[in-house]
Amino acid sequence: MDSEYLLEINGLTTRIDNREILHGLNLRIQPGETHVIFGPNGSGKTTLMMTIMGFPKYRVTKGSIFFKGKDITHLPLDERARLGIGISLQRPPVVRGVKTRDMVAACLKKEDGSEIIEKLAKKANLADFLDRDINHGFSGGEIKRSELLQLLAQAPEVSLLDEPESGVDLENIALIGELINNLLQKIHPIRKRTHSGLIISHTGHILEYVNARTGYVMCNGRIVCEGDPHDILNTIKDKGYQECVSCLRR
Amino acid sequence: MSKKVTNSYEEKARAAENKKAAIGDDIDLSLYKSSFAQAATHVDTKNISKKDKGLMLSAGVMLDDLSQRSGTFVQMDNTPIHSSIRQEGIEIMATSQAMAKYEWLKDYWWQAVAVDADKYTAHVELHQSNGYFIRALPGAKTVYPVQACLYLNKTGLIQDVHNIVIAEEGSELHIITGCTTAFKNEPGLHLGVSEFFIKKDAKVTFTMIHSWTPQVGVRPRTGAIIEKNGLFLSNYVIMKPVQSLQLYPAARCVGENATVRFNTVMVSPPNSKMDIGSRVFLDAKRARTEIVSRAITTGGDIIARGYIDGSKPDVKGHLECRGLIMGDSGTIHAIPELKGTLAGVDLSHEAAVGKIAEEEVEYLMARGLTRDEATAAIIRGFLKVDIEGLPPMLNSEMQKAIADSEKELF
Ligand SMILES: Nc1ncnc2c1ncn2[C@@H]1O[C@H](COP(=O)(O)OP(=O)(O)O)[C@@H](O)[C@H]1O
Ligand SMILES: [Mg+2]
Repeated sequence: MDSEYLLEINGLTTRIDNREILHGLNLRIQPGETHVIFGPNGSGKTTLMMTIMGFPKYRVTKGSIFFKGKDITHLPLDERARLGIGISLQRPPVVRGVKTRDMVAACLKKEDGSEIIEKLAKKANLADFLDRDINHGFSGGEIKRSELLQLLAQAPEVSLLDEPESGVDLENIALIGELINNLLQKIHPIRKRTHSGLIISHTGHILEYVNARTGYVMCNGRIVCEGDPHDILNTIKDKGYQECVSCLRR
Repeated sequence: MSKKVTNSYEEKARAAENKKAAIGDDIDLSLYKSSFAQAATHVDTKNISKKDKGLMLSAGVMLDDLSQRSGTFVQMDNTPIHSSIRQEGIEIMATSQAMAKYEWLKDYWWQAVAVDADKYTAHVELHQSNGYFIRALPGAKTVYPVQACLYLNKTGLIQDVHNIVIAEEGSELHIITGCTTAFKNEPGLHLGVSEFFIKKDAKVTFTMIHSWTPQVGVRPRTGAIIEKNGLFLSNYVIMKPVQSLQLYPAARCVGENATVRFNTVMVSPPNSKMDIGSRVFLDAKRARTEIVSRAITTGGDIIARGYIDGSKPDVKGHLECRGLIMGDSGTIHAIPELKGTLAGVDLSHEAAVGKIAEEEVEYLMARGLTRDEATAAIIRGFLKVDIEGLPPMLNSEMQKAIADSEKELF
């Protein structure tokens, strides 16, 4: 099947433990595009990311996910990762004894990548973290940078970034933005970019650093609004998410 | 050695001949052949068979290239067959030889372990056991580790061992010992007494790798006495099957600032019974200890113990015990104990037993590892205890021994 979309989601319905969280969601991303999702806590943003990535707890009961024209709706998590989907988790677990270096190496999938690993770690300002247990005692910002460092090594075609700026202090947010732009090939003109991003942002800060084409608002497991990300953000800042909720009710 | 002293130990041992151990399954010693210690001989390592050397190597004892060792000792059953030294200031010989050479050694004999602790210590005393005597003279520092191998060669036999390690003032001694068997499916019993004396400002690292077989019983009895500013760092690895193994070494800090660290890595395959722990008595001001253990069962039973006793001001101790249950059978019973008898002690412990966290496996899978690769990486990490103070070479040898066994197990 040929498709102009890199990622195409149709009528996606997801359950966790038999509770329906996402109720028939549609989303389409072309190569090189970056989209941003806003929405209040508990609206299902993380659930959407985890479902696209294929975490087993997030069970698709209706709808489909296509990646590069291939139906991946029921493909195992690790196969999706190897196909070119990557995720930066909102709250990744600590894995004792597994070093940051091991994680980056797993992402890189090269025989001898130690030089590249050092270079990327330096870029993420995490050179001293390579030999530490992954996420163990990391600050909020360090976790986010470590997630992005892993993605930079993986270089996935679609990056799912779950609140990459939350818990990051102002000094570091520019660095986060820079890493994301690296990941999404922002040095290339749009036409030449092949890597796409789907970014969840609770605060919208990231829009100051990352150019996004489309914005969405999620409420109660549905996408209730789609448009220019800056417009959406301004509306939310002015009127709060209450406006979006009532919008849905109409 | 005065006759009187010998007699009093012999008497005590006789009285304890049928004394069951405080913990661990009781082993009927009459089911095994007992023999008396044999006079030490000297066999060139070149003349030890390839098969034996291979088995010893799997327990960390390298006999083909002695240049990476400061000294070597090998005992087969109850006969010491090789002792050699490559560094000045280090002594290594059979304990029987050391007893003959040094009149003063009797002052150490049964001082860190009680001769009448149980029937196993009694058996060791009553069979005039051999074993290794390793000593670092004052200020001597080993460049390479000293290695010792205790090898069970004959089936159905009790191997009695009495080891003495003395680190004189300001010395530094690194020891690696490997214990293994020549046979696979026959019974055998290893009874090993080890007494460590770590003097003022001395440092001993002791890395012990056990590689037994499914019908072998093992009852080591270890005690250590650490003086002012002394450091005792003990690493123990067992990843091969054993019928029944119980050990609970006790280290006593008797001098200010004495430090003890115990690291244990144990993997219990089906039908193996392991009861393994470490005890530290913080009997001097500012003494410190850290006890870390990692236990995995792939079907066998594990009791993982730890005990810290703090009885002097400003002592500090931490106990960490983590267990992983893999598969559907097997148990891990963690028993961490702390006893403080003074307000100024700082003792803590953490223990966790469970299966591999699915969340962690999925995290690694999200980076493209298969489920099996992710699981293996997590197990590898779980078994990787960061060992401070162990020379890099020993550390890498220990990690290698762990990695080699891992490959066979998982
Ligand atoms: N593991 C889970 N088990 C049960 N319910 C969950 C779980 N994760 C999320 N939910 C529920 O799903 C809804 C959406 O959560 P989430 O996707 O995390 O929202 P968001 O990321 O937008 O804050 C919430 O009501 C939340 O309570
Ligand atoms: Mg979320």
